[in-house]
Amino acid sequence: MEAGTPTEPERAPEGAGTVIRRHGWVTRIWHWVNAVAVLILLGSGLGISNAHPRLYWGQYGANFDHAWATLPHFPAWLTIPARYNLAISRRWHLFFALVLGFGLLAYMIGSLVTRHFQRDLRIRGRELRPAAIWADFRQHLALRFHDAHNPRAYNLFQKLSYAGVVFVALPLAILTGIALSPGMNAAWPWVLDLLGGRQSARSIHFITATALSLFLIVHLVLVILAGPLNEMRSMITGRWRVPE
Amino acid sequence: MIRRRTILTGGAGLLLAGCDKVIQQPTARKILFAGEDMQKGLQRALMDRGALAPEYRRDQMSPIFRTNGTRNPGTPEYAALAANRFEDWRLKVGGLVGKPLSLSLRQIGEFPARRQITRHDCVEGWSAIGEWMGPMLGNILKAADISTRARYIVFTCADLYGGQPYYESIDLIDAFHPQTILAWGMNGRMLDIGHGAPLRLRVERQLGYKHAKYLMRIDAVESLANIGLGKGGYWEDHVDYDWYAGI
Repeated sequence: MEAGTPTEPERAPEGAGTVIRRHGWVTRIWHWVNAVAVLILLGSGLGISNAHPRLYWGQYGANFDHAWATLPHFPAWLTIPARYNLAISRRWHLFFALVLGFGLLAYMIGSLVTRHFQRDLRIRGRELRPAAIWADFRQHLALRFHDAHNPRAYNLFQKLSYAGVVFVALPLAILTGIALSPGMNAAWPWVLDLLGGRQSARSIHFITATALSLFLIVHLVLVILAGPLNEMRSMITGRWRVPE
Repeated sequence: MIRRRTILTGGAGLLLAGCDKVIQQPTARKILFAGEDMQKGLQRALMDRGALAPEYRRDQMSPIFRTNGTRNPGTPEYAALAANRFEDWRLKVGGLVGKPLSLSLRQIGEFPARRQITRHDCVEGWSAIGEWMGPMLGNILKAADISTRARYIVFTCADLYGGQPYYESIDLIDAFHPQTILAWGMNGRMLDIGHGAPLRLRVERQLGYKHAKYLMRIDAVESLANIGLGKGGYWEDHVDYDWYAGI
């Protein structure tokens, strides 16, 4: 541990079968608000994509310009609403964009105050040693997702993926979304400059949404593998039973 | 185990399907549609009244600026105006103004013109950059001596949708914005029919459907309630598009 880092008081590790308090209320409330927002944003976003399923790079891009990607037509069972209606897709998307953005902001402030970020998401140098990464990888293959000596702590892959979602993917989705707004282009022209134009921003917005979808799938699979009832309970009541 | 998995993944599917049920509830619909006012309030709070939309260089322009919406109004009245190169066309400026105007294209050309290379963003997602030229709408409204009671400007067009003229509206913040112009020129030529000849609105901080083409009338009004179905525009009335299209 680095000098100056406040050390947690030493205590005996909680044994298997003990029920401990796993997630704080800031994390729990935000997790579910954000889960609803992300699902609605993904569904309505696919509906919006169907209006013009071509991705461009640069400031402009329309039918006669080169598209670097042509997207599939997303089927009705994936989109909100479950039939093509750009106006209603936009209503869902733009309302829940605010829920996502201000929810993330509140969660970040709350997690700094409760020291959740500093305590649980900070990656220590020793975790990044090849031997430690390899060990964590083998633990994953054996479906052991916690450290028996410190069951409360996130493992390295959890820290990396949660930090990636909280500090990279979600902020990038929000920033690229802001760049799509002609009003915000006038208010904050630097966003457009940073992302290299509105059509680049639209492409990055779609790529970010794809990355978040992949996270969502892996996240759900791991929850199921780790014991869905115990994991769900820990994210609802905060109480988590230390597995065998 | 299978049941747990079904519950977990089925939950997401139910949420998506549930959205369509939710939006049929008038209260839920009202809350969802209030997002428009929140976005507008936020943007207006973050935005200088006169904050300019980005302007581009000539070499950044779209090689081809696609047409969309109505490509030709196709009415006998419009065809007659176009056949005569819009010599007989007049823009009526009325409503809450002290001095109603009826302006020919030549008279509109006498107002100082602003030239701007801006990006046109369609609600569908594509963008095209073009050069526009025409007088600031604010100067025309001042020439018509707009009343202090006026709160919105309504644009009535020559193209018909469902038998009614296309219309759109903006508030006075956008109407008096320096980049809000009535364009008669595009990409160094007179505006062509596909892009809205003889005159179209450019309101650069909003999406494409606000940029009314084929302008016939401009009216200053106190309220949008008694125009069309009362929501301030054809798409707003008929398919739930946002009136504030800044996003």
